[in-house]
Formats: sequence, structure tokens, C-alpha cells
Amino acid sequence: MEDYLRYIPHTEEDVQKMLKAIGVKSIEDLFGNIPKGHRLSKPLGLPGPLSEPDLIRHVQSLESPILTSFIGGGAYHHFIPAVVSHLASRSEFYTAYTPYQPEISQGTLQAIFEYQTLMCQLTGMEVSNASMYDGASSLAEAVLMAHRITGRKKILVSEAIHPEYRKVIQTYIDPEEQEVVLIPYLKKEGRTNEKALAQFLDQDVSAVIIQSPNFFGVIEDLKNIGEGIHKAGGLMIICFSEAIAYGILKPPGEMGVDIVAGEGQSLGIPLSFGGPYLGLFTTNEKFIRNMPGRLVGETVDLEGKRGFVLTLATREQHIRREKATSNICTNEGLCALMATVYLSCLGKKGLRELALMNLSKAEYAKKVASRIKGCRLTFSSPTFNEFVMEIEGDPEKVLERLRREGIVGGLPLARFYPELNRHLLVTVTEMNARQEIDRWAKELEKALK
Amino acid sequence: MVICHSFGIWILTFELLEGTPNAVCPREITMGKTRDTGLLQDEPLIFEQGGEGRRGYSLPQWDIEEVEVNRLLPSHFLRKELEGFPQLSEMDVVRHFTRLSQWNYGVDNGFYPLGSCTMKYNPKINEEVARMKGFAHIHPYQPESLVQGILKLMVELGGFLSEITGMDQTTLQPAAGAHGELTGMMMIRAALQARGEKRKRVLVPDTAHGTNCSTSTVASYQVVEIKSNERGIIPPRKVEELMDEEVAGIMVTNPNTLGFFEEHLAEIAEIVHRKGGFVYCDGANLNALMGIVKLGDLGVDMVHLNLHKTFSTPHGGGGPGSGPLAVKSELAPFLPVPVIEKEGGTYRFNFDRPKSIGRIKAFYGNFGVALKAYAYIFSMGAEGLKRASEMAVLNANYLMKGLKGSFDLPYDRPCMHECVFTDRHQEKHHVSTLDIAKRLIDYGFHPPTIYFPLVVKGALMMEPTETESKEGLDRFIETMTAIAKEAEENSDLLRQAPTKVKVRRLDEVRAARKPKLRWIPNK
Repeated sequence: MEDYLRYIPHTEEDVQKMLKAIGVKSIEDLFGNIPKGHRLSKPLGLPGPLSEPDLIRHVQSLESPILTSFIGGGAYHHFIPAVVSHLASRSEFYTAYTPYQPEISQGTLQAIFEYQTLMCQLTGMEVSNASMYDGASSLAEAVLMAHRITGRKKILVSEAIHPEYRKVIQTYIDPEEQEVVLIPYLKKEGRTNEKALAQFLDQDVSAVIIQSPNFFGVIEDLKNIGEGIHKAGGLMIICFSEAIAYGILKPPGEMGVDIVAGEGQSLGIPLSFGGPYLGLFTTNEKFIRNMPGRLVGETVDLEGKRGFVLTLATREQHIRREKATSNICTNEGLCALMATVYLSCLGKKGLRELALMNLSKAEYAKKVASRIKGCRLTFSSPTFNEFVMEIEGDPEKVLERLRREGIVGGLPLARFYPELNRHLLVTVTEMNARQEIDRWAKELEKALK
Repeated sequence: MVICHSFGIWILTFELLEGTPNAVCPREITMGKTRDTGLLQDEPLIFEQGGEGRRGYSLPQWDIEEVEVNRLLPSHFLRKELEGFPQLSEMDVVRHFTRLSQWNYGVDNGFYPLGSCTMKYNPKINEEVARMKGFAHIHPYQPESLVQGILKLMVELGGFLSEITGMDQTTLQPAAGAHGELTGMMMIRAALQARGEKRKRVLVPDTAHGTNCSTSTVASYQVVEIKSNERGIIPPRKVEELMDEEVAGIMVTNPNTLGFFEEHLAEIAEIVHRKGGFVYCDGANLNALMGIVKLGDLGVDMVHLNLHKTFSTPHGGGGPGSGPLAVKSELAPFLPVPVIEKEGGTYRFNFDRPKSIGRIKAFYGNFGVALKAYAYIFSMGAEGLKRASEMAVLNANYLMKGLKGSFDLPYDRPCMHECVFTDRHQEKHHVSTLDIAKRLIDYGFHPPTIYFPLVVKGALMMEPTETESKEGLDRFIETMTAIAKEAEENSDLLRQAPTKVKVRRLDEVRAARKPKLRWIPNK
């Protein structure tokens, strides 16, 4: 019955001794400052307490079945080396707080310094913060930062960015201060319409947001976009939801980008039904003081030895209060550590090879899909590890048939893009063996007959 | 001569022995670089290790043909290489991060009385639950029919949190406490807009967490500070003076950061409501109140909870947290989408909520963290949660009593879950709060929260939580008493502290003046 006592060490004798030391008679006396009328008179209506074995039995009954999956769209099923969860399970890491006392937090601080370096190298930018909640909120913070820097109103957002990210931006901005203008995507190519973008560029534009690879999996051609944006005095923000792509793709920093906001879940963090994930945020040095989030910097101790501290805290809420650059406090520190361990294992060669494998598997799936009658690839532009295809049939019904064969066959796009109502976003990673892809194609073919 | 770089303690110089070309033996230990640091080994940055071609990964087999990337993608899409990325074996990586971990201090290492952070024990079973495949490997876009158990769990957890706080509905979406605050303030803005009102200001007491102020700003409100009274709580009269039709509401923390129950909250809520405002409660300190009081009964309209404080999920060295927001039914239409609903026997996401503030995160919150809180609530039950709050308050009062003789207690009256001391008695020996905190490290404790709340000069804010035993508290009290004595007799010990650590006090001014925020590869 008193199974909960495993987390509370007080014996009855302890309690009596402590009450005596304090100088009160009962536990009740400790709550004397709470007006009597507000005290609860009956126990909370909650289940439990349960022992460990009973708890396990209960939660097992709530687990979901694991099927062969071809869905991505902002969260990806990648292999996580055993090392990642083992090291992240070191309780010196995970039971610590934010590293406010640097002398006993050098582990977290050095790891985040390494994380910041990796994110800069991955995205080609000069500085990175210590993480944000997820890709979407990181992007929304980038929008607020651009507004702080430019003081301008308009945000041009490609229609091909993740639709949920778009919605999060909409929630974060104050409609009296800022407005979102959508730039359409090219219906044949599936990438952002550069001409339309050029037409919208004017002196009111605070920032332009393009995602690459975009929500359709299409790799955007960013080479010539930045110049026009900068000429108009706006900032260029690139976001992404699939970080693995940058194992082969040119880093945004090499294309004159001002802020990069991305999702880092692919870097060793489990899917966990949508969170916790990892918001990446990198920018250039000149914007450091406008950045949101925590930063770790290198310094020396009294004896001249290298060490790390949280720095530039004068941007942050605990120092600046209402004048802070963001209200973020707790971020996703352990997820940043996981990404650092992950990238340390994969390293220079591994991340590239993994990216190539994702690309190759998706190309293979595109090839087999394009041979199926009633199935057509929608966009002509190059893609990374996901692609859109149109099927002759009701996507929900087709997917239901695949599900009966143990396959989650793709993500129907009608919910996000009404015009793509017969379309599926199909994602293929290194986790999909060729055999699986072939079976998916076979079942799809059957379902479309 | 060969320099053999073995990561960790030794940097040794080797010399090839004449006539035995393959044998090496240590000739001398380079003094100054080698230190007898025991387990606190030196460890270079991950980028300063490894070697060309070393690998720490394995990929699934290539069962399809590798595409010719240069043919598939234009060259200006492609990067040359992952410059600066490490090349290490798996054990290199394991040793590196294991060493780093040994420089850290967590709840599992010892007492962690960080005020307002509720550093209670993080049950291990919860970690295992979050790693179960049927949760950890589930995609957020998995069809609803396949995730009924997960949706049920989320609805149940929301219900438990509503029950604990006395609210009507809870969203699990906010990723952290500050994210919950932001969600709440946006909902207040939306609720006022729905009434055709636009208000300008938010009342925040001077004892508030910094996030309350910055959240108000991000939500486009101006902050008006309320002075707390000599008892450390908000006087209703002040609220009455400041409250008008331009004020959207008040953000209060209860118990507040001085560790006191806001005794007049119900009256304050009435004043705020009378003028059409809302009462937001920062639930960071809920650990004092579970099963004791329901905030909803005090007129609170919404409260965020920090699952990583009250509900035992770990802080992860700075996240991930989870900051569910519980609200009264009047505010429920404004909750972020999606809301999970049960129709017949089936759970589903509802996105069709015209009054909603919209989305605040790409998916549905930090589910992996919520799971741990769910497991915790089941492990504790109603009785256990109440016992936790009682013991948390008992521990804080015991600590307060034990330290009262040695340290200045600015508000000398019974506290709830935490208590606040100052460095006033030590000042005359030129010893500050910072020195006291650093000296605690030498004794193997994590320091309390320092210099917060701002209303107390040189504050030392201590929250022991219920999971600390009497012996643990006694050791801490003994140590603090010894430190107070040291301050009188040998104050240099404090000013020089800490000495028994990986690094001594760090030059924070230098870090901020010339920010070096990353390692830069050698070109």
C-alpha cells in the first residue's frame, strides 16, 4: 500500500524528531499559514500508488504497435547507436540542473561547447546557441529576432516550409507588429517560386524563410536568393527538419544566410511521439547580442586553466527580466548532448555515408513507385529522403489497406495542402531495407488495382 | 622522439630504443602537463582527438545501389566535406563523455538544494518507461487508430494534473515552464480579444521568476511590478491600487520564491476578476501544495506545472522539461491545438478549434517527459503526493531552523517548500553569498540558488525537497555551520573556494567580453 515510500526516506521517528526541532507539534502546524477554508478536506482523485512491477504492467498496456513505416514529415526514424542512450543515461548528466555553478558543471558545459561547434560546422554559421525546444519554436524565435534587428513588419514565408512550423510562427508573432506573407511553391517542381519571392521583396520585409529540404523533401536552390533579400535590407532565414541532409548538402552559411533554425531530432533522438526534440539555432557573430537562448563560452580559471561558463547572460530572462531577448529558460540540454554523442560517433565520414544512404534509398523507392500503375511522382526537383506522389485512389483507404499488411505507407497531404488531396509524402531512411521497400511497392500496387 | 597522446591523465614523451625499432618506453613525464587528478582527469575537446579514418559507427548494409550524387544533384547543392567533424572510435567517444560526466554534479551525486528548482530524486523506472519501444519509437504522425493507448495516457495525465491543481482542462504541449507561461499569456490575450478588449499591462510581484517578466514582454504586455510586503507576500491593497481595465491580469507564484504561501491570493483574484482581468499562477513551486490546496479553489484561472520539478522528471543539465498548462473552462476554448478528445470509445486529435491561439510546437509537447510524470503519479498515488508535499515542507522548515543561528534569515517565519537566507552576518568578514556557495562545493554539496529572489540582498535560496533524508539535511546543516565559522576565523578559505574541483573559479568577465563560443578548425 505504501509503495510510494521508496521515494520518501522519512521514518516516523525522523518526522517526530524534526517536528520537535522545528518546535511544532504536527505536520498540520506547518501549513498554518494556509487559510483553513482553502485546505482540501478529501484526498485527490488519483490512481495508485503502484509498485514498480504493477506500473510496468499498466504502461505496457498502453504501448503502440511498431509497424514498418514510411512516414517522416518533420520527424524521422533513424538508427540510434547504443552509445548514445548509454552515455545520455549517465546520471551525472541527466540529473543535473542548468549549469549555473560552472566549477561542478564542466561536463555539461564542455559538451554544449562541443555541440555549439558541431552545429556551426554543420550549418556553416559562426555561432550557435545551446538549443531551443524544437525546430518550429526555434524558427519562431528566429522570426522574432529578425524583427528585433530590422524593426520591419513583413515575413515572407515559403509555402513549402513545414506547415506546422508556419502555424507556430503565426502563434508567436504579434499580429499588430508583424504579418506573414506566403510565397507559393512551383506546382511542377515543388520548390519555392523565386520570381514570386522577388516580387514580394520590399522595404517592409524583415525576413524571408525557406526550408531546405522543404516539406516535400525537395532540395531548394538557394544560390541566388540571398542577394535580393539583402539588397532589400531583409534577413535570410533557412530552416530544415531533416538535419541528416546536411551530411551532403552545402551548408546554408556558404550562401549568405543570416539565421539557420532547424530540427535536430534526426541526430540520435528517438521519435517519442513528437518530443522532446532539439531546436537548432545558428547565426553570425554580428547578431550575437540579439540571439535567444543560452550560450556556453570558453574562458580560463584562476590558475589559467581552460574552462567553460554560461555567458552573455545579459540577453537572458534571469538577468534582464522584461528586457530579455527571449523568455526561454530550460532548453533541451540532454537532447543537445545526445546529438553531440551521435555526431561524434558518426563523424566526418559516417554522416556523409548516412546521408548518401538515405538519398539512395529514397531514389530507389521513387524508381519502384514510378513503375506502379496509378502512382505518379508529383515534383520534378531533386529530393533528399522523402518525396511526394499522387495516387489514383483515396489516400486514406489505400493507406488503410497497407496498414492491414503492417505498413504505414506514407503521410496523406490533404490535411496540410487541400490541393494535394490525392498525394502522399513518402519517407525512406536507412531503416527501410530494400525488402521492405519492395513489399511496400507491392502492397501499394495491389491496393491501387 | 614520439609524443604519445593518451587522452586523460598522461601526456608522455617516448623515445625509440636503439636497436628495437618497434618498442617504445616512457622516458620522462612532462612536468606541468601531467597532474595527479585522480578521477578528475583532463580531457581535451572532442575535436582535438582522433585520427584520419578512425570510425565509431556502423550503418545498415547497402542493399541498394549507391546513387551517383554528382549526377543527381547540381554541384552547387553539395558540400565539400564535414570540416572539423571528429573521427573517433566508439571507445574514444565513450571515454570522452564518461570523463565529462565525472566533472558534473547531479541529484544522484548528492544533495542539490537549488531553490525554486525542486531537485528531487528522479526515479529510474520512469527512465525505463520512457524508453519502451511502443512509446520511444512511435512517430507523431502515426495514424490515430494505432496510438490509442498513447492518446489515452495523455488524456489521463491531463486529467490528473487538472485534479491536482483544481482546474478543468490541461494541455501537455508546452515544452518547458517558460513555454507554458507564454502559452498562458497568449491565451489571456486571445480571451480579452474575444471580448473585444485589448489591455496593455500585466502585474508581476517583485518576488517573481525572471521568466514571468520576459514572458509578458514576449506576449506584448508591459510589466508593472508589485512590491511585496514586510511578510514577503503580496498585499491585496497594492493590487487594488494598480488594477484597472488596462491590466490583462496578474502573474503570481504560489508558494512564492521566498517560500511563503500567498495568503491573500483568493482576495487578490477577486480584485483582478472584478476588473475583468485573469490570474495566472506560475506553478514552479507546486511541490508544497499537492493534496493540500487546489490553486483553482483560490481563484487562479490558469497554472503551468514544471513536470521536471514537481513530478520528478530529470532536468537533463538544462532540459528537456515539460510545462503543461492547466486552465479553467472559461479559458479552455483558447488552448493550443490540437486538443485530444474522446468520442465514443475512440481518442482523436481535434484541430478544429476556432478560438484557439494556434500551435505552439510542431507536435504535441514533450511526450517522453510527460510519460515519466505519468509513471510518477501512478507510483505515488494521491496519498504519496500529499506525503511528498508534507515532507518537502517539513524538510525546508527543519533546514531553516538548523541554519538560523549561523545565517541571517530576513523573513523569520515558517516557510513552505524553501527558505531564503542572506550573507549579512558574513559580510563583515568580507565574505559574500558567492563565497559561501563556492565553499559548499569543496564540501561536496551543490550550492543553493544564489542572489535570487532579487528582493533579498545576497540571497541563498534553499529547497531541500522531500527525497532528502534527515541525515542528509543534518550533514548539510553541519557543513553550513562550519562554513559560517570559517568565515569568522579563516575567511580566505571561502574566498579561495572551490579548490577541490576540476576547475577553480572561472573568469566570466573575460568570457563575456571576448566571447569564444566554439572551437575553430585549423585551416
